[in-house]
Amino acid sequence: MLQFLTAGIESFQEFLLLAGRAFLNIVRRPFYSDDLSLQMDIIGVGSLPIVLPTGALSGAIIALQMSRALSTYGANSEVGPIVALTLIRELGPVLTAINVAGRNASGIASELGSMKVTEQIDAMRALGTDPIKKLVTPRLIATALMLPCLTVVADAVGWFAAYLIAVPLLHLVSSGFFWSSSWQALVPNDIIQGLVKPFIFGIIIALVGCFYGLRTTGGTQGVGRATTQAVVFASIWIFFVTFLIDKIFVGL
Amino acid sequence: MPDETEPLLELNGVNLKFGNTWALRNVTLKLNAGETRIIFGSAGSGKTMLLKAVIGLIPIDSGDIKLFGQDVASLQEQELYAVRSRAGFLFQEGGLFDSLSIGENVEYPLLNRQVTDHKKDGAPSAEEVDKRVRDALRFVELEQTYDKFPSEVSGGMRRRVGIARAVVTEPPLVLYDSPTAGLDPITANIIMALIAKERAVRNSASLIVTHRYQDGELMANFQYDAKDEELIPAGGASQKDSSDTRTKFIVMKEGQIVFFGTRQELESSDDQYVKRFIRHEG
Repeated sequence: MLQFLTAGIESFQEFLLLAGRAFLNIVRRPFYSDDLSLQMDIIGVGSLPIVLPTGALSGAIIALQMSRALSTYGANSEVGPIVALTLIRELGPVLTAINVAGRNASGIASELGSMKVTEQIDAMRALGTDPIKKLVTPRLIATALMLPCLTVVADAVGWFAAYLIAVPLLHLVSSGFFWSSSWQALVPNDIIQGLVKPFIFGIIIALVGCFYGLRTTGGTQGVGRATTQAVVFASIWIFFVTFLIDKIFVGL
Repeated sequence: MPDETEPLLELNGVNLKFGNTWALRNVTLKLNAGETRIIFGSAGSGKTMLLKAVIGLIPIDSGDIKLFGQDVASLQEQELYAVRSRAGFLFQEGGLFDSLSIGENVEYPLLNRQVTDHKKDGAPSAEEVDKRVRDALRFVELEQTYDKFPSEVSGGMRRRVGIARAVVTEPPLVLYDSPTAGLDPITANIIMALIAKERAVRNSASLIVTHRYQDGELMANFQYDAKDEELIPAGGASQKDSSDTRTKFIVMKEGQIVFFGTRQELESSDDQYVKRFIRHEG
C-alpha cells in the first residue's frame, strides 16, 4: 500500500517536472514553429469530424430531454436558456475535451511511446535536441489553443441543433424567442467559464499524453499500455478539474 | 575546439549502479583523435550504458567524464545538447525518425545545429545542406533512397542511413552501438567497411560496441585506401600489426573493464571470460 502511494506521488512529481519544463520552453529559444503548426492542424482541424457530430447531437439531446421535463411544469419557454447554459458552461467543454482526449491524448501517447521504444527519443537527445521542446511544448501550445476553438464550434452546432429540435420539430417556442431568451440567459461569467475550462483541459490532455508517452517502456505492449493510461487519466482529470472550476465559479 | 594533445574523451573512475547491479564500475579510459576502441562484453555487461553515459544520456553516480574537454557529469541537460551535437552516435537499430524521409533524417543534425546555435551567419545555406546530405548518403552508397522513408528500406540500409546521419556533421568522435547486430555477415562487413572508411577519411576517433570478433579484427587489421576505394591490410600485406590502425580492445564484465590491450594481447589472454570473445566463426 505504501509502495503504491509513493509510486503515485513519484509519478505526480515527474509529471509536474515535465509540465514545468514544457512551460519554460514556451519562452526559450529555439522555437519549433513548423511542429506547432503541424500539431495545430492535427489537433484542431483533425478533431472536427468527431467534435461536430457530438456537439450537434448533445445539443439535440438536451433539447429533447428537456422538452419533456419542461412541459410537465408548463415551462416550455425555458428551453433556450437551459440549452445555452448547460452547453456553454458544462457539456460543450467537457464533451469536446473527452472526445479530444480519446483522440489526441491517445495519439500523442502512442506516437511518443513508439518513438521512445525505438530509441528515437534518445536519438533526438543524442543529436542535441531537447525532446520536451521539440515534442511536448508544441503539443501543449497546440492543444491549449485549439481546444477552446473546438469548444466554441461544438457549442455553436449544439445550440443550432437544439434550435432545430425545439422550434421546427417540437414547436415549443417561437424562433425569435428561442434565440433572444437563450442569449439573455448568459452572463459573462458563463462565457469565461466556458472558455477557461477547455484551455485548462487542453493543457491536461497534452501533458498527460506526453507524460505517458515519454515514460513508455517494454516494446509495443508498453505503447498500448501508455495509450490506455493516457486516455484514462486525461478523462479522470478532466472531470476532476471541471468539478474544481465549478466549485470556484459557483462561489463567485 | 580542444587542442591536438588533449584527449577527445576521458573517463575516470566512472560508477553507475541500478539497485544492486553495477552498470558501470570504476571505468577509466582515454581516447585521442584517430584512435579506435572495440568494446566486447556479454549482454548486460554495460557496453551500451558506457556509450550512453559518455554523451550524458544516462547520468552517472560518480566519477568524471570529459567529452571534448567538457565535464559531462556536471552539465545540465540543457547545456549537454550542444556538447552532444558535436559527437556522432549510431543507435543499435539506427534510431531513425520514422516520420521523416531518409534525406530529412540525415539533414536533421545539420539543421538542428543551426537552430540551437541561434546564429544564422556562418550556418550552411540550403544548397550547402543539401549537398552535404547527398554527400553523406553517397558515402554509405544510398543516395537513391533520399526520398524514401525508413520503413521502406531494409534493416541493413537503415543502419547505413544511421551512419550517414551520425557522420554528416563530420564529428571528431563517433560512437557506434552494435552496428552489426542482427545483420547477415555480408551486410555486417559492408557496415564495418563504412566505419573503417569514416575513420580513414576524417581521422575521427571511434568507440565501437560489438558482439562480433570479426568487426574488431577488421578495424584492427584493415585500413581504407581512399585511392582504390577498398580496404587493404594495415601496415602492408605481410604483417598483421594493429598499431597502424591505432585500434585497441576493451572487454567488459558486469560494468567493469576486465581487459584492455591490442589484438595480439587479446588473442593471447588466458582469461576464460575474455577468451569467449575471440571467435573466428561467424
